[in-house]
Amino acid sequence: MTDFTADILVVGGGAAGLSAASEAASYGSKVLIVESDLELGGQLVKQTHKFFGSKDEYAGTRGYKIADILLDEIKENGQNVRILTNTAVTGYYMEDNTFTAMRGEESYMRIKARKAIIATGAQERLIPFPNNDLPGVYGAGAVQTLMNVYGVTPGRRVLMVGAGNIGLIVSYQLMQAGVEVAAVVEAMPKVGGYWVHAAKIRRLGVPILLRHSIKEAFGEKVIEGAVIMELDDKFAPTGKEERVSCDVICMAVGLSPTTELLSHAGCKMKYVPELCGFVAERDRTMRTSNPDFWSAGDAMGIEEASAAMVEGRIAGLCAAQSLGFPARMEKLDEYWARLDHLRAGEVGEKIRSGIGKVTCGAWEA
Amino acid sequence: MELIEEHPVLEQSNFRRGDKVGFTFDGVAMEGFGGAPIAAALHANGVRIYRETPVMNRARGFFCAIGKCSSCFMVVDGIPNVRTCVTPLEAGMKVETQRGKGQAIIAPILQE
Repeated sequence: MTDFTADILVVGGGAAGLSAASEAASYGSKVLIVESDLELGGQLVKQTHKFFGSKDEYAGTRGYKIADILLDEIKENGQNVRILTNTAVTGYYMEDNTFTAMRGEESYMRIKARKAIIATGAQERLIPFPNNDLPGVYGAGAVQTLMNVYGVTPGRRVLMVGAGNIGLIVSYQLMQAGVEVAAVVEAMPKVGGYWVHAAKIRRLGVPILLRHSIKEAFGEKVIEGAVIMELDDKFAPTGKEERVSCDVICMAVGLSPTTELLSHAGCKMKYVPELCGFVAERDRTMRTSNPDFWSAGDAMGIEEASAAMVEGRIAGLCAAQSLGFPARMEKLDEYWARLDHLRAGEVGEKIRSGIGKVTCGAWEA
Repeated sequence: MELIEEHPVLEQSNFRRGDKVGFTFDGVAMEGFGGAPIAAALHANGVRIYRETPVMNRARGFFCAIGKCSSCFMVVDGIPNVRTCVTPLEAGMKVETQRGKGQAIIAPILQE
């Protein structure tokens, strides 16, 4: 058993966590980043497309290069940052103010920190259908990991389930990797993601079948194909079905925030459909109802990486300030202006409504 | 091996691949990149079934790739329930299909 201490523990080394750690370390606080994956970068390292959003959040830069930028930034304050990869925080014991963590499968540790920033991101959802457990039914994030991080071809012919941004982007990435995409099925009557992503795959001849879903998968021991079905406007099957031959069924049917640690810490949680699940109530500084816990990114509601990076900055800034480090609090308004810009317009309407339901003016002292 | 040879955006150097190492899967010699997850090496070698479930004997394979879903549990060097999607491959590893719940190694002192 090894023990670690830090001023600020950052759980999760993705877009939000790296931004939080960089910000907090820049004011002199000692930061410990704990990441369950083998390397830092979270979902950023899997993104081969150029980001939208605004210049401040690296619009026009490909996702995996943004991860490099954040890692370089952390190196500038390297003396204040300690990093543990391949290490999963497994729990928080409030009565001892202690986190437990596991490195690999056999090595355990305890972590004591004065403040914590939970940037645990999200996990993928699955929908029920017969044989959805067969090898070959993969989460979209898992497919990205195989091909974009490790350079392994995920399959020969893929059926994509879901036409949100992830389904569309991963379909395009599959084609970049030389994999055929049989079709994208989407139960809703319209494409959920940005038109520009949909247009890219349509131009390459991939059908996007709206009002369609997967009825069942088939295969002896592994996936050999799927039956897809047409739905009416009440999502009931019309009876029109088609067999699709494929060796991978890629599930891009949404994400849920990863919030277990926030629950362990007694943070007040609320179910907010617009943010895709149970999320912590927060104030303008991304602090939860537990005064020692901040959170940022998809753990606070499913959004996208640009907003996650700004939320991470806010959490890092304010957690450092709470410990008396000379944080530049005038940046808080600037960060909020960036978030408001990212969440502006029709596309941001759902997020704005969700965040409105869980944001309080200030926690009682 | 089922590896991406050409890509319009990513260079081969972008892929996280350590040195090539040898390992065995159910006794069959295979090669993979050290430091990358065991599950990725198996996938590149065309292996799709990683374990069999305890009750229904259903095949399970790769799924979440973040160490959370338990679909890719395998027996590695005799230890069952290893999350192969987040466990780095090392030279000489003995990787086996896990059947059922897996048998833990009981230390000799407990057997007496």
